Amino acid sequence: MTANFRSLPVIALLTILSLPLVIMYVFTVVDTFTNTEPGSLMPNEFTTWHWRFLWDDTVGRGSIWVSTVNTFIFASSTSLIVSAVSLTAAYALSRLDFPARGFFLAGIIILHAFPTITLIIAIFLILQMLGLFDTLIGVIIVKTALELPFGIWIMKGFYDTVPWEIEMAGVQDGASRFMVWRKLVLPQVQPGLAALLIFSFLSGWSEFILPLVLAPGSNSQVLSTYLAYFLLDDSLEVDFNLFKSVGLFYAVPVILIYLVFQKKLMNIYGGGSKG
Amino acid sequence: MQLTLNNFTKTFGELTVIDSLDLTVKTGEMMALLGPSGCGKSTTLFTICGIHRMNGGTLHFGDRDVSNLPSQQRNVGVVFQNYALYPHMDIRENIAFPLKVQKQDNNTIARKVKEIAELVHIPELLDRRPAQLSGGQQQRVALARALVRKPDVLLLDEPLANLDAKLRLEMRSEIRRIQLETGITAILVTHDQVEAMSMCDRIALMKDGKIVQLSEPSEMYDNPSNTFVAGFLGNPPISFVKVQVQGDSFGFGSNKVAVSAALKPRVNGELQLGIRPEHFGPQFGSDVQGKISFVESQGREVLYNVTLETGDMIRSIQPAGTRLKIGDAVSWGVSAEAVLAFDLKGDRL
Repeated sequence: MTANFRSLPVIALLTILSLPLVIMYVFTVVDTFTNTEPGSLMPNEFTTWHWRFLWDDTVGRGSIWVSTVNTFIFASSTSLIVSAVSLTAAYALSRLDFPARGFFLAGIIILHAFPTITLIIAIFLILQMLGLFDTLIGVIIVKTALELPFGIWIMKGFYDTVPWEIEMAGVQDGASRFMVWRKLVLPQVQPGLAALLIFSFLSGWSEFILPLVLAPGSNSQVLSTYLAYFLLDDSLEVDFNLFKSVGLFYAVPVILIYLVFQKKLMNIYGGGSKG
Repeated sequence: MQLTLNNFTKTFGELTVIDSLDLTVKTGEMMALLGPSGCGKSTTLFTICGIHRMNGGTLHFGDRDVSNLPSQQRNVGVVFQNYALYPHMDIRENIAFPLKVQKQDNNTIARKVKEIAELVHIPELLDRRPAQLSGGQQQRVALARALVRKPDVLLLDEPLANLDAKLRLEMRSEIRRIQLETGITAILVTHDQVEAMSMCDRIALMKDGKIVQLSEPSEMYDNPSNTFVAGFLGNPPISFVKVQVQGDSFGFGSNKVAVSAALKPRVNGELQLGIRPEHFGPQFGSDVQGKISFVESQGREVLYNVTLETGDMIRSIQPAGTRLKIGDAVSWGVSAEAVLAFDLKGDRL
C-alpha cells in the first residue's frame, strides 16, 4: 500500500509529461474523420472524405490495396526467411566447432552495426545487374540480408542458454543430432523464434529507405512509399488529413501486432528463457 | 556387462590428458572414478559414453568393440551432474524419450515407464514438469530415463554434487539400491571420497590422467599405495610426520612411536609416517607430547589438532566428552600397528 502512495507523484508527473503525445495521437485519429475550420481547434463536421483513398485509386499513386498486399508479402517473406536462416545459422554458431567460426561471429557483429544507407549505392548497382531492380523480390533479398545479422545474433543468444548436457543426454538416449535439435533444443528457443518472427515482420512493415530507392515503381511499392508520395511529390498540394488517414491505416496492423504479442516481443530483450 | 578400456589415450590439442589407461569394470560392479578436479575422470567418463573421441586404445562392452561407435549406438545410460531433464516435457515424456526414439509401441512404452518409475519410487510424479520437482526427485527421474532402455553400462557424473547434505545421504543409498536391483554395470565419477567409499564395489583413484590405485574401498583406506592415496581418503585427513628409525622406534624430536613387528624388516633411516586421526590419542600411550592447537566439535566426536615441539601437526579424533582447550598440553600415543610408513618420495614401505 505505501508503495502505491509514494508512486502517486511519479504517475502524476509522467501523465503531464506524456500528455502532449497523447493529445497528438488523439487528434491524429479525430482529424481523419472530421474537418476543422482554419484557425479553430475543435472539429466542426464529420466526414469520411479523408479515407477516400481506400476506394479511389487516383488519390494516391496506384491502389492502396496493391501496396498493402505488397507490404504484407514483403514483411512476411523477409520475416520467414530471416527466422529460418537465423534458426539454423545461430545453432551452428552456438554449438558446432566449424572452421572460421570466430571470423563469422565477428563479421556478424560488424554487419549488425553497419549503417544500411552506406551500402545503398552498391546494392542498387548489384540489383540493376541482376535485373532485380524495381521488383519486390529484389527488396526482399536485400532486406533479408541486412536483417540477418541481428536475427542470427539474437537466436545465438537463445541457443547459448540451452545447457549442452540436454543435447548430450538426447544423444545418449539414442536420438540423432537433428532429432535432438528438433525435439529437445527447438522447443526451448521457441520464445526467441516467436519474438524474432514478429520483430522482423514489424521491421519489414516499417522499412522505408530500401523500397524507396530500390523499388520506386508503383507496381512494387509498399505502404511506406505510398505514404511518402503525399509528402515527396511536389505537384501535389499537401493534404495533411489525408496523410494522417493513410498513416493511421499503415499503423493499425503494427499496433494490433504489438497488442497481441507484446509479451513475446519482450523476450527478445530479456535475453532468452531460463531453465 | 563387462567394460574394458585398453591403452586409452586422450589428448586435447597439445595436451595429453590421459596416457594409455587400462581399466576393467566387471559385470554388475559399481566402480568409482575418484580424484581431484582435472585428473581426467570426467574425460574418461565422456569417452566411454562417446561424447569425446579416443585418440588411442580400445573400449569394449563385453565382446563388442565400441571404440569407434557414435554415442547413439553404444547403449550407455548417463546421469549428468545437473540431470539434464528436458524442461518442456513432463516426467512421463522425459522417461519415455529414449523409447520413443527407438519407435517402440505406446503400450510397451507405457508399461516400461511405469515399471521404471516404481523402481525409482516416483510413480506419483509422472505428470509433473521437471521444474516442479526437488533436486532429489529430478535425480530419480534422470536415473529412470538413463535406465529405461536397459543400457549395458550406467555412467554417473557427479550425481550428488547438486544436492544438499541431507538429500545427498539419501540418494547415496538410493542410487546404490537401484544399481544393485537392476544389476547394471556402473561407473560413478566423483571427487568426494565418502561417496566413492560408501557406494562402490571398487575405487579407481586417479591423478594426472593415471590410475594411482585400484582396489576395494576398505583395502584402499587400510593399505594406500602412496601418500596421495592415503591423503585423499579419510576425513578428517591423515597426518604425515618425518621420522628417523632409532632401534625399535620411530623418533621425531623427543617423541617416539614403536616400530611394529610387521614394519621392522622394511624400514630404516629417514621416512614419513602416516597417522590417521583415529590412531592417535590417550588410549595408545603417552610417548608423543604436544599442545592442542585447534579444536573442532563434530557432535558425536571432537577433532583435535596437536602441534608437536618439532612443528609437526597430528590430528586426533576423540569421542565427545573430552573437554580439552586450545593451548592444553597433552601426552598421547600412536597405535603402532596402524601407522603407515612411506619413503620420502611418498611410496608405501
